[in-house]
Amino acid sequence: MTRIRFQQSLEDLKENLLVMAGLAEQAIQRAIEAYRVCDLSICDLVSRSEIAINRLERDIDQAALDLLAMEQPMAIDLRFILSVIKINADLERVGDSAKSIADRVRSMEQMAAAELPVDIPRMAKLASDMVRKCLQAFIEADAEQARIVLTMDDAVDAMNRAAYKALTKVMEEQSHLAPQALNALMICRALERVADHATNIAEDVIFWVQGDDVRHHKSVITGDKDPHALGQ
Amino acid sequence: MGVGIEVINLNAWYGTNHSLQDINLNIPGNQATALIGPSGCGKSTFVRCLNRMHETNPIARVTGTVRIGDVDIYADAKPVEIRRRVGMVFQRPNPFPTMSIYDNVAAGLKLNGYSNRRALDEIVEKSLRNSALWDEVKDDLRKKSGASLSGGQQQRLCIARALAVDPEVLLMDEPASALDPVSTSKIEDLIFQLKSQYTIVIVTHNMQQAARVAEKTGFFLNGRMVEFDSTHKIFTNPSDKRTEDYITGRFG
Repeated sequence: MTRIRFQQSLEDLKENLLVMAGLAEQAIQRAIEAYRVCDLSICDLVSRSEIAINRLERDIDQAALDLLAMEQPMAIDLRFILSVIKINADLERVGDSAKSIADRVRSMEQMAAAELPVDIPRMAKLASDMVRKCLQAFIEADAEQARIVLTMDDAVDAMNRAAYKALTKVMEEQSHLAPQALNALMICRALERVADHATNIAEDVIFWVQGDDVRHHKSVITGDKDPHALGQ
Repeated sequence: MGVGIEVINLNAWYGTNHSLQDINLNIPGNQATALIGPSGCGKSTFVRCLNRMHETNPIARVTGTVRIGDVDIYADAKPVEIRRRVGMVFQRPNPFPTMSIYDNVAAGLKLNGYSNRRALDEIVEKSLRNSALWDEVKDDLRKKSGASLSGGQQQRLCIARALAVDPEVLLMDEPASALDPVSTSKIEDLIFQLKSQYTIVIVTHNMQQAARVAEKTGFFLNGRMVEFDSTHKIFTNPSDKRTEDYITGRFG
């Protein structure tokens, strides 16, 4: 093994990204928990973690930039660093979505409770499952596991569309519940974005491990050969 | 214009050392092809087989077929004729130190009996323009010796000397490894321009250089060619683990 220092720097970069991933995953789970039990103290924890996530995002980007400039990485190392930069950005946005949900929970607390025709806990579970699975795929460098995450996104999208339809109907027909319905709509939207970020991360894991660019190609879900894959 | 090179079952020896083993590849015409690999892997031996320089060593031996254009260079042509068609540039610039810049460029032509002064002037100017050196030396063509130029200029002078005999193929064995970054970029820019007229094969230890100048790249290891593919593929997603390990610095 040569370039030992470089290989160690790649390991350090991966470890820092895993810390970032842990913070982002924890933030989204806390935000969901805050919604479930309507606990503002948990919302505060989410807001505080966003500061750490933002700081770590800058540190990771700087470390990746240094490696690109100083080490001229190639092949799997180059793909790894590019993937880290993109995953880093997606994790930061997962943190932003968690904060959006926490903000909605705070405003909900001042409203009367309302029964709404939307299953946010179920949608939240699916979105957080996607985050957990894509991060597991990253930890294990497992492209097949990442491909499974891609198949999960449609379900979250469908739930978001159904929520939109149901909640706009509530706003039209029961205007006194419009603030609660709007809040729920924004939470659904945040969860749908979390699922999108998990999808992006899964795509980046596939690119890193296999060199396949599977963005915007539905064929990857069925495992068909992608004609636009890198180097084909 | 550059021509393609077809290599079939090429083997080469230095004494008992089997330094190239069963090399098969097609080098496309009018493109730059880079050869990479650790020291002693056979890449320099390979390029020396493309202009029959390998056999100038008394203990060296070659078998197999190398076809440059339509010519089987080991069956149908004399070494001198092959070396006119296949120019070579080495790691260290090697201008004739006592000759003027002009005579350095014209040397190959004069050796071939070329004596038409006006035609020589035209070829020298064209070769120096093609090697991006003309503007820097045009006022001192006969006043200055080749050795008085900087290292980067000397290397471009050697390229001009190689171009003067109107080759179809230009072999470059680490042409920029002894040069500073500015001279290196001039050589790389030059390679980029020259490949529209010549087929270029470049041996390099600088993988970024291979990635910058070549359309195709071959990876040699222990006398064998492990992988030959588009440069894009080799440097972003190589097929063979040994290629990946080498270009990512995991060995070599």
